[in-house]
Amino acid sequence: MIQIEEKLYQNRYRVDEGRPHIKIKNRETCTLCYDKSCTVLCPAGCYRKNETEEVTLITDGCLECGTCQIICMEHKNIQWEYPRGGFGILYKFG
Amino acid sequence: MKEKYDCIIVGAGPGGTAAAYTLASNGLNVIQLERGEYPGSKNVQGAVLYANSLEKIIPDFRMDAPLERFLAEQRVWIIDKDAYVGTTHRTAALNWDNADRYTILRAPFDRWFSKKAQEAGVLLICETTVLDLIKEKERVVGVRTDREDGELYGEVVILADGVNSMLARKAGFRKEIVAKEVALGVKETIFIPQEILENRFGLVDNQGVAIEMLGAITRGMLGTAFLYTNKESISIGIGCLLADLKKEKIPPFELLESLKNHPAVKPLIVGGEVKEYSAHLIPEGGYHAMPQIYGEGWMIVGDAAMLVNSIHREGSNLAMESGRLAAETVIEIKKKNARFNKMNLVLYKEKLEKSFVLKDLRKYKNFHAVIGKNRHFLTTYPEIMNVSLFSLLQVDGVDKRTKERETIKNILKKRSVSGILQDAIQLWRATR
Repeated sequence: MIQIEEKLYQNRYRVDEGRPHIKIKNRETCTLCYDKSCTVLCPAGCYRKNETEEVTLITDGCLECGTCQIICMEHKNIQWEYPRGGFGILYKFG
Repeated sequence: MKEKYDCIIVGAGPGGTAAAYTLASNGLNVIQLERGEYPGSKNVQGAVLYANSLEKIIPDFRMDAPLERFLAEQRVWIIDKDAYVGTTHRTAALNWDNADRYTILRAPFDRWFSKKAQEAGVLLICETTVLDLIKEKERVVGVRTDREDGELYGEVVILADGVNSMLARKAGFRKEIVAKEVALGVKETIFIPQEILENRFGLVDNQGVAIEMLGAITRGMLGTAFLYTNKESISIGIGCLLADLKKEKIPPFELLESLKNHPAVKPLIVGGEVKEYSAHLIPEGGYHAMPQIYGEGWMIVGDAAMLVNSIHREGSNLAMESGRLAAETVIEIKKKNARFNKMNLVLYKEKLEKSFVLKDLRKYKNFHAVIGKNRHFLTTYPEIMNVSLFSLLQVDGVDKRTKERETIKNILKKRSVSGILQDAIQLWRATR
């Protein structure tokens, strides 16, 4: 099993503490979602599901690709904005 | 009364900066907004830079642009589980000064390009996210940023805010992105001492190699992988259609790990140190997915306009070309003292139609649909090629005629003669 944390550890971020730029609109909806694609496809592993089928989101490692919002099209349950100016991922090489 | 700019540009990637540079060099009053700490800090690409579109803007860019290597060698690998069949083209006719393509790292490159634009007179404001377009009736008259008193007004706004273009979506210029029109690419930048890297790939005098890969590595999904040599690092990545990833439920970094562990790839990156992991969406919908790209007081360039030729792995050059053409449109309209309305800005679309940008996108407009419906192009053929060659090349006491007969029989087991013919015709049509 690959540890995504190890990959993200190399990256430079400026985290906007307490102001996540992505939010799950309704937690209940995620519990009922069959696919939970976000927990598989997020390249930074920001979405995790727990034993009770709840989805948790921690945006600190977000690479701002936009994938989660697109694949959540059936439920449209993700509110996605860019981080405030200057915050978020800061690619050194890109 | 707030200052009014001739043009507001959202985003400091290749498209936005090409537009900004062109406008400022022609004496226009340009403000450019970038949400990253510096231009390039949000941007990801393979990356191969094609010189032509940049050369039209900065002819002597080779003098000081942070280019990594010029591509002296290009390989295409058709990959099976533990083998590959490949083509290589290497030439000594190219050198640093005349090459048409270079590997780059986008963060330093975008920063350099933007510095050139600032020297030409562009006012660049970083760490500023544009939240909305300001409209008067249907007309875009400015932008609202996340800064205090952050409203800016301009005669025309160029959206160069990348593949996700929140602005175009919010304003209704573009429909929501669908998973079958974008690919998700993940990439690592792996550092290797320059001498080892040059020995490993047989490189001298800033020569570089690009390897494009397709086949088993994408597990039947529509996608490709790449490996590019930089000065003292390797860029390695893999991208698949998002709709396919969703269907197959494969984490993208797992694909990247498999790629790195493929026996053909592993020895090339061994001993390297991963210094960055990145991800980005690539607009792959092509011509059919292109939104309306101009309107009352606005134009869209680059990825935000879905201008990517994924067949030829071209994107940032299309961004630069479209950025420059959008700027030239502004300059021409300004000269005539005309309005930046939809009727006049159609000129931008006309210019794009005449350029390689839309000519190429139109040429391949059905390619994805054809491959999408014929996944065996990505599974059966790579397997056939690799298995056939393996058996043909083995010297094992079986005579050649029998070998040939066996190979053909095995191929036809996988795909019939009529099937192969059909495939050939389909592929030919899809690229005409």
